[in-house]
Amino acid sequence: MVRRLRFVTMILPILTSFAMTLGAAGVWAQETAAPPVPAAQEIITAPAPPQAPPKIDTGDTAWLLISTALVLAMTAPGLALFYGGMVRSKNALGTIMQSFIILCLISLQWVLWGYSLAFGPDKGHLIGGLEWLGLNGVGLEPNADYGATVPHQAFMIFQMMFAVITPALITGAFAERMKFSSFLVFTLLWATLIYDPLAHWVWAVGGWVRNFGALDFAGGTVVHISSGASALACAIVLRPRLGYGKEHMAPHNLPMTVLGASLLWFGWFGFNAGSAVASGALATSAFVVTNTATASAALSWMVLEWMYRGKPTVLGAASGAVAGLVAITPASGFVGPMPSIVIGLGAGVFCYLAVLWKSKCGYDDALDVVGIHGIGGIWGALATGLFASKVINPAGADGLFLGNPAQLGIQALAVLVSVVFAFVGTFVILKLVDGVTGLRVREDEERMGLDLSQHEERAYS
Amino acid sequence: MKLIEAIVKPFKLDEVKDALLEIGIQGMTVTEVKGFGRQKGHKETYRGQEYTIEFVPKVKIEVAVNDSQVQRVLETITRAAKTGSIGDGKIFVRDLSAAVRIRTGETGESAL
Repeated sequence: MVRRLRFVTMILPILTSFAMTLGAAGVWAQETAAPPVPAAQEIITAPAPPQAPPKIDTGDTAWLLISTALVLAMTAPGLALFYGGMVRSKNALGTIMQSFIILCLISLQWVLWGYSLAFGPDKGHLIGGLEWLGLNGVGLEPNADYGATVPHQAFMIFQMMFAVITPALITGAFAERMKFSSFLVFTLLWATLIYDPLAHWVWAVGGWVRNFGALDFAGGTVVHISSGASALACAIVLRPRLGYGKEHMAPHNLPMTVLGASLLWFGWFGFNAGSAVASGALATSAFVVTNTATASAALSWMVLEWMYRGKPTVLGAASGAVAGLVAITPASGFVGPMPSIVIGLGAGVFCYLAVLWKSKCGYDDALDVVGIHGIGGIWGALATGLFASKVINPAGADGLFLGNPAQLGIQALAVLVSVVFAFVGTFVILKLVDGVTGLRVREDEERMGLDLSQHEERAYS
Repeated sequence: MKLIEAIVKPFKLDEVKDALLEIGIQGMTVTEVKGFGRQKGHKETYRGQEYTIEFVPKVKIEVAVNDSQVQRVLETITRAAKTGSIGDGKIFVRDLSAAVRIRTGETGESAL
């Protein structure tokens, strides 16, 4: 403990001074950067003034549809393998099944009512109306608010994949112990009561968080902070796994986990660069910073663990990469390559410390959703307030290092709103489901494993 | 008749088998086992969570022999399985009261 504290006090000043240096580099980048990026189609742009009827751009549409498929691959197989490898072999199938079936469940929820609640015509800045239920009126003509050059349904299905992966991220918190039937009910309620309103607040025209100027390019608050805060509620309400802290609970297949992390990285190009909702300069910029931050975070986690524990672990490098992807997500459309290095380095350090700290706290967030998505997401949202630059995206805002400290406050407020709403909402939903059907499998079923007890199958026979 | 049980390092299995074949031993049974003696296990770390793995993988070789062969078999296994470092294993010898060759029904030493 003493050793760790000493290490932290040693590393933090180094990191801070490095951040300052690279912050200055961001300013320098401003002077030499290419001419401003045309970003009329970007999500956070204010509604375009009435012009000629919108026309579909085939390049934008092609990129958005490919991005949609990339983000789908993040959930299955990406997240399914990432999580599947980290559990014990008796729970491998059950864990993979949770990601896979969320893909199916939310695909339907989204076309039936989810998209309408999230992006439908605004009601009191809080929720979308029911006008778009069953995709009524969501056709193949562009919707100028959300993508003036792509069919409205292309934007809809791109957003669907975000709604899919967010509850799938949470499954890491209650891994190895949740009853499958209750998990289905929880997922459906969570998507409808937490994700859809939050997506509306942050992204939809009229949403109140969007209106106060919070920057979230690809889902740092909506996807990562919300899943991280909800994961904390899950870990607390479901209580630890049987034998937690006493029995051997090491990952059963780390190659599977690394494969999953690599697929997450691959798919994340759709997540971040696709969020430009156009194929062009802004998408390219987001692509470059996504890759740069991810590489930095994997290295910083690995090096930190090497210094502190004595060995560079494979799971550490893979976890660091995911932490970097999480942290760059809100910033990806607003920062340049040099700040993205700082965001990545910070992600590796903060998320590693958060994961270490968890093991002292006693709550069993089995696969570290809080430490990676919660903490990484919060760092990314705040870092956006530090490094954002209008040179990268004229539709965005400048951050603290470019002379606009107010943006940091706005980002902090968006963080607070997401954390409180997701945590409290999830807590209530869990208590409700627990009261009706019970959340956990029976003790003998947990010992047997989810594969046999919930699905009557074995991953390895 | 005696039953000789040798617990050896897994990578020494082939050397022990070849040495026993050379001195005329015609059969053996091999099992993958775990255990520990003075050689303790190792440490594993996953995201900062440490696990001590006490049980080390070993191979157990079982050979049934005539009383006259016991000394030679013990010497042979000891020589072939030895590396000189901690964790080389142990050999146990126990009395064997009966043996049957299933195919022919032979019993006693002729069944070995």
